[in-house]
Amino acid sequence: MLDKELRSMIGKVKDGRMDRRAFIKRMAAVGLTAPLANQILALGGVAMAEGAQTYKPTKRGGGGALKLLWWQGPTLLNPHFATGTKDQDGSRLFYEPLACWDPDGNMKLVLAAEIPSIQNGGLAADGKSVTWKLKPGVKWHDGKPFTADDVVFNWEYAKDPATSALTIATHRDITVEKVDDLTVRILFNKPTPFWADAFVGAPNTIIPKHLFADYKGSKSREAPTNLSPVGTGPYKFVEFKPGDLVRGQLNPDYHMPNRPYFDTVEMKGGGDAVSAARAVIQTGEYDFGWNIQVEDDVLLRLEKGGKGKTIYAVGGDTEFIALNFTDPNTEVDGERSSMKTKHPLFSDPAVRKALSMLVDRESVKKAIYGRAGRTTANFLNGPEKFVSKNTSWEFSVEKASKVLDDAGWKPGADGIREKDGKKLKLVYQTSINGPRQKTQAIIKQACQKAGIDVELKSVVASVFFSSDVANPDTYAHFYADLEMFQIPLSQPDPSQHMRRYMSTNVATKENKWQGTNFPRWVNKDYDAAILAAESEMDPVKRATYYIKANDLMFQDIVFIPVQHRLKVEAAANNLRPIISGWANETDNLHDWYREE
Amino acid sequence: MSQYVLRRLMIAIPSLLGISVVLFVVLALAPGDPFAELATNPNVPPEVQAALRAKFGLDDPIHLRYLHWLNAMLHGDWGFSFVSRMDVDTLILQRLPATLYVIGSAQILALLIAIPVGVYAATKPYSLFDQVANTLAFVGFSLPTFFTGILFILIFSVTLDWLPFVYTTDIKGTGIHWVLEMIRQAIMPVAVLGLFQAASMTRFVRSAMLDVIRLDYVTTARAKGLGQAKVIVKHVMRNAMIPVVTLIALQMPAVFGGAIVTEQIFRIPGIGSLLISSILSNDTPVVMAVTFVFACLVVLFNLIADVLYGWLDPRISLR
Repeated sequence: MLDKELRSMIGKVKDGRMDRRAFIKRMAAVGLTAPLANQILALGGVAMAEGAQTYKPTKRGGGGALKLLWWQGPTLLNPHFATGTKDQDGSRLFYEPLACWDPDGNMKLVLAAEIPSIQNGGLAADGKSVTWKLKPGVKWHDGKPFTADDVVFNWEYAKDPATSALTIATHRDITVEKVDDLTVRILFNKPTPFWADAFVGAPNTIIPKHLFADYKGSKSREAPTNLSPVGTGPYKFVEFKPGDLVRGQLNPDYHMPNRPYFDTVEMKGGGDAVSAARAVIQTGEYDFGWNIQVEDDVLLRLEKGGKGKTIYAVGGDTEFIALNFTDPNTEVDGERSSMKTKHPLFSDPAVRKALSMLVDRESVKKAIYGRAGRTTANFLNGPEKFVSKNTSWEFSVEKASKVLDDAGWKPGADGIREKDGKKLKLVYQTSINGPRQKTQAIIKQACQKAGIDVELKSVVASVFFSSDVANPDTYAHFYADLEMFQIPLSQPDPSQHMRRYMSTNVATKENKWQGTNFPRWVNKDYDAAILAAESEMDPVKRATYYIKANDLMFQDIVFIPVQHRLKVEAAANNLRPIISGWANETDNLHDWYREE
Repeated sequence: MSQYVLRRLMIAIPSLLGISVVLFVVLALAPGDPFAELATNPNVPPEVQAALRAKFGLDDPIHLRYLHWLNAMLHGDWGFSFVSRMDVDTLILQRLPATLYVIGSAQILALLIAIPVGVYAATKPYSLFDQVANTLAFVGFSLPTFFTGILFILIFSVTLDWLPFVYTTDIKGTGIHWVLEMIRQAIMPVAVLGLFQAASMTRFVRSAMLDVIRLDYVTTARAKGLGQAKVIVKHVMRNAMIPVVTLIALQMPAVFGGAIVTEQIFRIPGIGSLLISSILSNDTPVVMAVTFVFACLVVLFNLIADVLYGWLDPRISLR
């Protein structure tokens, strides 16, 4: 669709000459989904529609117990210290953000009274501030009122380096000020198109000032409320055993009408994904199982005549193979994969091109991911409006062989191609994980047919994903030619995700491999697109920048996307959970109920 | 005798110190770090990871960290878990009841099976009973608990739907209902573990009995006209039990240490599963504490076994 046309349509909706529904319909006609249309409207200055309400119960409570099974149980209950989603999920039972994301990527109100928009004065037109109005009458579980002071305190708490909050990145570059008791303003130091980071979603829930004020900074670990949260949420804290159990009970003073439905909630941890699927789907001992990373044929078998089913949520997670742009086998100044080297094989674009043709995404989907995967050519797979339509992929051993033949890579006596004395031998590493090892095997086979020798390496996940400076097997050291994993996209905005691959973020010995650009790919156009996108307030232009960034990665074959992965959960047949690909599983828990 | 006990004690202290040094060094050199998950989180800037490492003393040299740990330990401070920011002793105490209950019951079940079966099999060697018992024992300790565990789940939970396979510390209800539920959920793990232990223990009891049953004093007792039951219980078993008691004493630490595999399968929140999850998340203080407690128990029960031996056979303590 033409930029101009879209813009005039947004204008029409703004002026009331076209209604929202008509706009969304027209967008759908050109292949864009409803949530995407909504986002375009919101960022184009039309107030965001609130997520559809599907909640049916007409009174608070009476739903009995809700039994959740998290195969990795929460180990702490302070959202600012949460390592990984399991801890965010656990603390989200009690703490709440100002707003959360529904399955379509729309914003839903929680502690805020209205969604900031340009119309209601919440969003500054220059993108440099956002004003949130808080819901009046909200009480902490101990009866104290929830006010703007609490929100401001969370910012002070998290941005203090001595607190060691893991949410520091969200808070350190903003300023939060109290306007009145029920209004806060967030100031950004540059135009910020994605203004809904701080205080939105499960990672950014709000803790009470009156219980944490004395435990700011270096005393942060000593707060007794770290282990027994007092929040504003639908459930009140009862009991916590790290890694094993979190228990809550209905909050009779909850600020949303008729909610929550369940009288008690229990989150049990431990075990593995397969048996969690079994306990929910097959035996029905539990109502909900989190993150069921199990091969699809196992799930299909469990679902036959079972008491539960699997449910899927579309987000933007991509399982990819990264190509190393530096040489992992040559040491320069005591550093392998040094920026001073070039990869001896991948510096020939033909090799990268051939490799991308040897990844049979359809087979990987069929054999492993099933309903939980979608084939893709893009690194950036969501939200929808940022997804490039300019790319495509194909699998063909013949074409790959031809590309290599044409580039002068001829099979040697052992069947492995070589050129100028260099053999096409690659080391392909990933973390230990059933589906990943199977994917490796599928790709290795195709490579063998094309005359590329691939050595498979698998590293235990706790090492592979660590930031251990001394360990050469981490993904950031990348002492291999290829590596496969996924980096979860935790927000319905790609800015944080795409920023990682700017040339300023290359992982090297100098920054102790803490840099996020592990393929060590350097592209000036990419850097420019990312920087431009970060302060671009025009939603259409901004999306174009990210699409361009994705396409640059596609052209250079920095990543070979294997699957666009969906979130998979197990739920009892009569449970009505609300799961969003853009939020944590418990982010919409206040809207869960059971169909009688 | 008291001198013997004292001597054994004096040996125990340096061995514990030695064990703690080895454990600490191995853990410090092990790959991975407790903030692994932060590395892939775009929200966490590298400076925060570095600050956390510094705050928790992970960047200090090993010997300093060890001395720091030892000093804290001597003052009764077990440190705190990096992962849950909770004191390690609280964490362990939370996990201990489930372990003691399930693993302890399994040990008792094992004894209840092993002793009568082993004794009876030994009194009638190569009889049909002995052969059946032997075969079952062989099958029993050849099948690993992760196999029997899943088999039990498939039979009793999935197919028959009799028993729950997720162990929960949080059973609703009180009184008799609570007790019954506690028993119901422990049946499978206790059976899996108990049968496995019973299998090897049966073999042990049987051979210990056979060693004694052929001795001259037993024949003498029989010649005096004592009944078979009396001979077996009073003369044979008492002596045969000496090595068996030692075996049981040495297995006691395992009761506290939990059974990692079984706890994992049935989601029992015990010490074993705490240890495995702490190892996976590189939560060094917890791993250190759990393994050290385990080492202490081994040393302690060795000591008790030694002392028991000295008491049963005074010649040992004189040497």
